[in-house]
Amino acid sequence: MTHFIRIKGISKRFGDFTAVDNVDLDIEQGELFSILGGSGCGKTTLLRMLAGFEIPSSGKIEIDGVDVTHQAPYDRPVNMMFQSYAVFPHMNVAKNVAYGLRKEGVRRTETTKRVDEMLELVQLTELKHRKPDQLSGGQRQRVALARALIKRPKVLLLDEPLAALDKKLRERTQFELMNIQDELGITFVVVTHDQEEAMTLSGRIAVMDKGQFQQVGTPKEIYEFPNNRFVADFIGTINTFEGVVTVVGDEEIQVYSDEAGESLTALGRQLVEVGQTIEIAVRPEKIFVSKDKPDNDDVCIEGVVDDLGYLGNRSLYRIRLGSGKIVQVSSQNRRRSVRRFLEWEDKVWLSWRPRSAVVLLD
Amino acid sequence: MKSQSRFILSVLSFGYAFLYIPLISVVVYSFNDSRLATVWGGFSTRWYGELFRNEQIIDALLLSLKIAVTSATLATLLGTMSGFVLARFGRFKGRTLFSGMITSPMVMPEVITGLSLLLLFVTLQQLTGWPGQRGFSTITIAHTTFSMAYVAVIVQSRLVAMDESLEEAAMDLGGRPLRVVFDITLPLIAPAMIAGWLLSFTLSLDDLVIASFVSGPGSTTLPMLIFSKVKLGVSPDINALASIIIAAVSLGVAIAWLITRRKPAAS
Amino acid sequence: MEATQCCGIAGLMSDPALAKDELWRRIAVAIPYLWLLVFFLAPFAIILKISLADPVLALPPYSPSFDSDGSPAMSLNNFSFLLSDKLYAITYLRSVAMALVTTLLCLLLGFPMAYGIARASTATRNLLLLLIVLPFWISFLLRVYAWMGLLNNYGVVNNLLIWLGVIDQPLQIMYTDFATAIGLVYSYLPFMILPLYASLERMDLDLVDAAQDLGATRSRAFWDITWPLAKPGTIAGCLLVFIPAMGEYVIPYLLGGPDSLFIGRVLFDEFYSNRDWPLASAVAIVLLMLLVVPIVLLQRAQARNKEQSA
Repeated sequence: MTHFIRIKGISKRFGDFTAVDNVDLDIEQGELFSILGGSGCGKTTLLRMLAGFEIPSSGKIEIDGVDVTHQAPYDRPVNMMFQSYAVFPHMNVAKNVAYGLRKEGVRRTETTKRVDEMLELVQLTELKHRKPDQLSGGQRQRVALARALIKRPKVLLLDEPLAALDKKLRERTQFELMNIQDELGITFVVVTHDQEEAMTLSGRIAVMDKGQFQQVGTPKEIYEFPNNRFVADFIGTINTFEGVVTVVGDEEIQVYSDEAGESLTALGRQLVEVGQTIEIAVRPEKIFVSKDKPDNDDVCIEGVVDDLGYLGNRSLYRIRLGSGKIVQVSSQNRRRSVRRFLEWEDKVWLSWRPRSAVVLLD
Repeated sequence: MKSQSRFILSVLSFGYAFLYIPLISVVVYSFNDSRLATVWGGFSTRWYGELFRNEQIIDALLLSLKIAVTSATLATLLGTMSGFVLARFGRFKGRTLFSGMITSPMVMPEVITGLSLLLLFVTLQQLTGWPGQRGFSTITIAHTTFSMAYVAVIVQSRLVAMDESLEEAAMDLGGRPLRVVFDITLPLIAPAMIAGWLLSFTLSLDDLVIASFVSGPGSTTLPMLIFSKVKLGVSPDINALASIIIAAVSLGVAIAWLITRRKPAAS
Repeated sequence: MEATQCCGIAGLMSDPALAKDELWRRIAVAIPYLWLLVFFLAPFAIILKISLADPVLALPPYSPSFDSDGSPAMSLNNFSFLLSDKLYAITYLRSVAMALVTTLLCLLLGFPMAYGIARASTATRNLLLLLIVLPFWISFLLRVYAWMGLLNNYGVVNNLLIWLGVIDQPLQIMYTDFATAIGLVYSYLPFMILPLYASLERMDLDLVDAAQDLGATRSRAFWDITWPLAKPGTIAGCLLVFIPAMGEYVIPYLLGGPDSLFIGRVLFDEFYSNRDWPLASAVAIVLLMLLVVPIVLLQRAQARNKEQSA
């Protein structure tokens, strides 16, 4: 079975500048896929090539077996929801949503029927005759969504769909999008810079930087097993330790780190050799902090509380090790208490389960 | 801070007075009974009556209006096309020349434009036999040429300020580029096109020098007629004509202003 | 910054695969382009050709550029005449001087006005702008005519001054360079104010106040904050006044008198009164050469302005 969307060797150059550098990607039918990256990483250019607004400098794009690389946007079975929504200001909601169908030549009666159905799906039926300047941002977004979906495209592209919404609306819209996608079974490709958005929405994520994919995988894979420093740092926070491999076991390895002043255990993921210098990474929430030295086999490092912050549901600590290195720790505030658990300059012990740390491939 | 505001305020007042006092004096003296237009001889409206009986003036006015409407419409068409080319067509061979040609007529001294066009028409007549009689068509062509520059600039500004993703969205939904221009772009730049038409209309109606060069016997535009009278000195029926025009323009502008105030801003 | 996208509808049309839509693009460029080539550019070539000819008593009144055997019959007689006759040199200089004076006066009056309008509240601002533009919509000829009524010996200004007792005899204001200057400033003032206003509109009043709060004097605040903003508008405004003022015909004729030495007038007279087309063409060419530099500067300034506001 061939993949639904195949991106093969796609590059885009603007003069001397390479925006997208020889990327390959396969997306399955019915997936909700996100391309995640900072500004300037090339994700928007890639999206526009999928839509047909940019012609690739080299490479091929296939959708459902058809080579669409040089197809114009009006010929492709792809529709896009623009970041600015691009709702036509001189047409009311119904006319906006009907636009695509009119261009297809669909009869007026059928158009009206389908427009009504779609407006129900996005809950805009009462606002059918309003003009865009009479709508809120969230409502305009739904018009843009309805307008694109009504054409039953094979692929829907979304450019930063949640960027302009406030937090509460964002959460609601996130789930609405996921529901609609599930119900209609259309393949969604989302482009975003917001890691939370990508993690919540998507079945799979591609992390992009400097025109290339750094890692492609499920949210869990990306979070728990980041490929390299960039990915580890981009999603959430990360602590890294550099060290020399001392023991290579079946599944675990041991690394001596000067920064920690200790021998650390980590999950071995690739072939490493004794004596090799590598980096291991461990997430703040995987680290336990205690005043007493834990008496088990876990990794265990001494440190001093450098700074702390209370966030309601959790507390953040910055622990200073003997070497001066700062380790970030996050712990759930499971118990309610008046007094703080730790104070500045308290002596503490950090520990984590051996497999909580991963080796960063590079 | 205060004295700065007072200075600005007094300059502003002086400036506006400077701009409007001549107009006011013309209107006042149009009601002057005396033939010596600047010595007051009593209130009278006889000059207005004489104006309406003056066939020469009526003919010249009609010719000017015909030329103005035709050239404004042509200029809006050509100017809008040019505005599109400048705003949407990116780089192409000959763009610098095009851009230069578009903006130059706006600043070129009228004597040069007039002379150059007349010489062109004379040459064309030698080579092809057209134009046999200079008049309506030559003046209209001349006016169109310099008016389209203004329309182009206005349309270009509006296009540049417009959100291009609107056009992209329309294409994404299945609209071919030309269709999209008619469905989306033109409706949204319509106010700019109207402004361009009105500006071209005014420029045409007002032009003296260029029309003098490229017209022929039997085609006298209103400004040419006024100029021939005014060369000899101040004349009361011209005062009346001026007042009518001032009133008409003020009325038109006031109406336009009221209309635009009531409509909410479009995207 | 993400790499800028290609230019929308038109950009796509340059893709080889979309040749059909390419036709529309070609047509859209071709029509105005051809029009301008024929009715704007070609005429200049013709002026040049005729400026190199001699006047003849014929229709049309200039000698052909090529003899019957095909060899060129052009000469620089007209240009050498222009350069040798002191009167022309004086006329060109006077025109430049008058245009400069006009530009300066427009700037002195127009800058504070534009500044004042930019500082006004939004509602007032629109009204003020409207009042600036309104005279522009009224026939330019009639406005100059209005000044004739004001400035002549029996006109309002003289009557006022006599009534006030400032003078006994009417002052000869009409048919002087002073009257011409007033007329020029009057007509071109909006051309100075509007671009200036467009630049100053972007001024953030808070910046100026903040600067003064930090100890800058009023003039320092002006030079450091307001002037850089106003510079593009000032350049545009000055050029928009200077260039056409150089070639003005009507105002010098009506207010300066039929004998006043200005290049626009001279050109007209050589053409109509003397029927010397070749000489008139040469006058035009020299005027154009004087204006080439300002025109190019203006187009550069306008292009820069567009980039800034984009």
